[in-house]
Amino acid sequence: MSEAVDFKIVEEPKRPLAMHPKKFGLWLFMASVFILFMAFTSAYIVRRAEGNWQIFELPALFTYSTIVILLSSVTMQWTYFAVKRNQRANAKNMIVLTSVAGVIFLALQWMGWGSLIESSIHLVGNPSGSFLYIITGLHAAHIISAIVFLLVVLANALRNRFNLNQIEMCTTYWHFLGVLWLYLFVFLTLLR
Amino acid sequence: MAIHVESHSAVHAHDDHGHEHEHHHGNFWTTYIFSEDHKVIAKQFLITGMIWALIGGVLSVLFRLQLGFPEANLSWLKPVLGGWLTPEGKIDPEFYLALVTMHGTIMVFFVLTAGLSGTFSNFLIPLQVGARDMASGFMNMLSYWFFFLSSCVMFVSLFISTGPAAGGWVIYPPLSALPQAIPGSGLGMTLWLVSMALFIVSSLLGSINYITTVINLRTVGMSFTKLPLTIWAFFLTAIIGILSFPVLFAAALLLIFDRSFGTSFYLSDIYIGGEALPNQGGSPILFQHLFWFLGHPEVYIVLLPALGITSEIIATNSRKPIFGYKAMVGSMLFIAILSFVVWAHHMFVTGMNPFLGSIFTLLTLIIAVPSAVKIFNYVTTLWKGNIRFTPAMLFSIGLVSFFLTGGITGIFLGNSAVDIQLHDTYFVVAHFHLVMGSASFFGMMAGVYHWFPKMFGRMMDEKLGYLHFWLTFVGVYLVFFPMHYIGIAGFPRRYYTWTAFETFSGFADLNMLVSIAAIVTLSAQFIFLFNFIYNIFRGKLAPTNPWNSTTLEWTTPRLPGHGNWPGEIPTVYRWPYDYSKPGAKEDFIPQHIPYSETPESNLPHENDQIKLQFGDKPL
Repeated sequence: MSEAVDFKIVEEPKRPLAMHPKKFGLWLFMASVFILFMAFTSAYIVRRAEGNWQIFELPALFTYSTIVILLSSVTMQWTYFAVKRNQRANAKNMIVLTSVAGVIFLALQWMGWGSLIESSIHLVGNPSGSFLYIITGLHAAHIISAIVFLLVVLANALRNRFNLNQIEMCTTYWHFLGVLWLYLFVFLTLLR
Repeated sequence: MAIHVESHSAVHAHDDHGHEHEHHHGNFWTTYIFSEDHKVIAKQFLITGMIWALIGGVLSVLFRLQLGFPEANLSWLKPVLGGWLTPEGKIDPEFYLALVTMHGTIMVFFVLTAGLSGTFSNFLIPLQVGARDMASGFMNMLSYWFFFLSSCVMFVSLFISTGPAAGGWVIYPPLSALPQAIPGSGLGMTLWLVSMALFIVSSLLGSINYITTVINLRTVGMSFTKLPLTIWAFFLTAIIGILSFPVLFAAALLLIFDRSFGTSFYLSDIYIGGEALPNQGGSPILFQHLFWFLGHPEVYIVLLPALGITSEIIATNSRKPIFGYKAMVGSMLFIAILSFVVWAHHMFVTGMNPFLGSIFTLLTLIIAVPSAVKIFNYVTTLWKGNIRFTPAMLFSIGLVSFFLTGGITGIFLGNSAVDIQLHDTYFVVAHFHLVMGSASFFGMMAGVYHWFPKMFGRMMDEKLGYLHFWLTFVGVYLVFFPMHYIGIAGFPRRYYTWTAFETFSGFADLNMLVSIAAIVTLSAQFIFLFNFIYNIFRGKLAPTNPWNSTTLEWTTPRLPGHGNWPGEIPTVYRWPYDYSKPGAKEDFIPQHIPYSETPESNLPHENDQIKLQFGDKPL
């Protein structure tokens, strides 16, 4: 073989930067959920500035639910680490624990609504109360979707199938909803 | 850590990226109905969009009949309209309001959003970035079927006894919030809201998919600076969609609560028949803010894909690189950003603070800058090009014309002072029908003519295409140009009749001309329909690259199967506009041709990309 044959022309285009498409899609979904709540909170600010606004006191139950959802973020992250370290039993327990925390959160929100009604803040009435119910209700709806996601992960886990990407997505979504609630809680506390 | 997990058999490390799709054949249902293939979904969107365009067009001709011929006896329409005609054979005034509302809703959302983005984003994104399919075929399928469901609900609302929604496509409360207000605010409005909620879901599913695909599934070498302008346009459109549709959802949700659960977000101090409603403390202006925060970006959701399609077609058919590629991308990006900070120019006369009005005037007028950059670049691309007047090219040039004439009136309307006179007159109707409606429609038509060979593997008839173009182009100007005068004279839009006002009777003949032109323009669309349907089955077979184009979709077989490329996905080496490159053998060099194969036309910096290698070591 002559030397000339070994000369070759190469042209190496770069592989474009890419992320796991489904994870990326989840981020976009979270962006749209974020915008949805931004729309509500900005509508809230605009409406509040117009006056004729009934001031409300957030029920203490919402403080407890905030603590619960933040603690559930810890267990959720624990799930992720457990799966990464291949500690399966541990992971299963943590998924169950997180789901239970989610349900407790929902129950606390429900009871919070009850105590709002007791202090005569209703869905129908001054827009301040209507906003409160709709914002918290819509957030709860998203928590339900996250619990469904968790149950899917759990169903897989019980069949001994651990998809790290899926669990990572579930973790991201759960954290997102926790932070979103924290935002809403602080927002509703400061701008009553 | 990750390696450890992946090594375990139970853990699925699923990588869609390098995954080679099997060339499997499904049955009729999985191939044509519940298909996850982006090309089939694109065609589903196209055909549904075309049906909607026809319905929307027919509705517009119905109300144009009333406006142009207020005295005419329309009883011959009795078989179609039935009870919506008065005994004297005229269109019922309530139904007239429903007609304009549904025309607007259908055209803006169902035709120019779903029909345009849904068709071309779906069809072109994977083909032009070099992907086997969308990031999630399943979500893509869901996106279509949510749209279909939304379409069904809206379609059904046309036939209920109280009529479809009639509060205008902007559905301002309190008109839309109170069923007592007009018949259309009853069940018709409920169906409208349900339909739009489904539509928003469909649009979000689509947008998430488009963005994910553009960012993550590009083929090797397809950097952002090598993306065709179509993809840039679809990408930015999808981003606008994700950021604005949730806001419409919020607005609609609050309206639903006002309508059905007794809340007072938008309602306050309303008396009906002398009796006060219990609703207190709401603000109808709040709805307008929320609505137009979507509503204005929506204009660009409609327009940007058309501009992207046009950039591609004008460069291809001028046989010249697009003038100012980076300026084109930059101006689209700038338009996308500005679209979120100009919404209040729709609300100048709502009693907003005049100082705020000046700010929104300023921001609105700034949009003229990137828009002018785009028009300049279109014209300079055409300048001294070897122009081939294909029907697609004609429609693209038509778009540039409408974008200019319609855009100029935007400068008047964007002024908060001038808008006091022009607001809600036919001047506004003329403005947005030219710049948004007709321009986007022409972009869509251009896209259909240009990519028909790739969609169906056959050619459309050019002569019928020319006929369609000229009739539509002249027709559109005849319809909308006179409207400027009617609007300056102060004719308000959405009015059933003006015959009761002596002031307005002077324009009866102009209105008649507009109506006749509208009928001719609608009729011309049947030429297109025939051309389209006939040639799907009987057209002459298309060559793989009929327009000598450079982008990746033309490297696929005549009828690409599932997975688009039978072999490997081509690698991209160059930008998509290497037309008439000096020294090149042909007047176009496709994106997948490496520089090493075209030494005769390479520029110095392009030659630098070629490395001479000895064995495995760089020389």
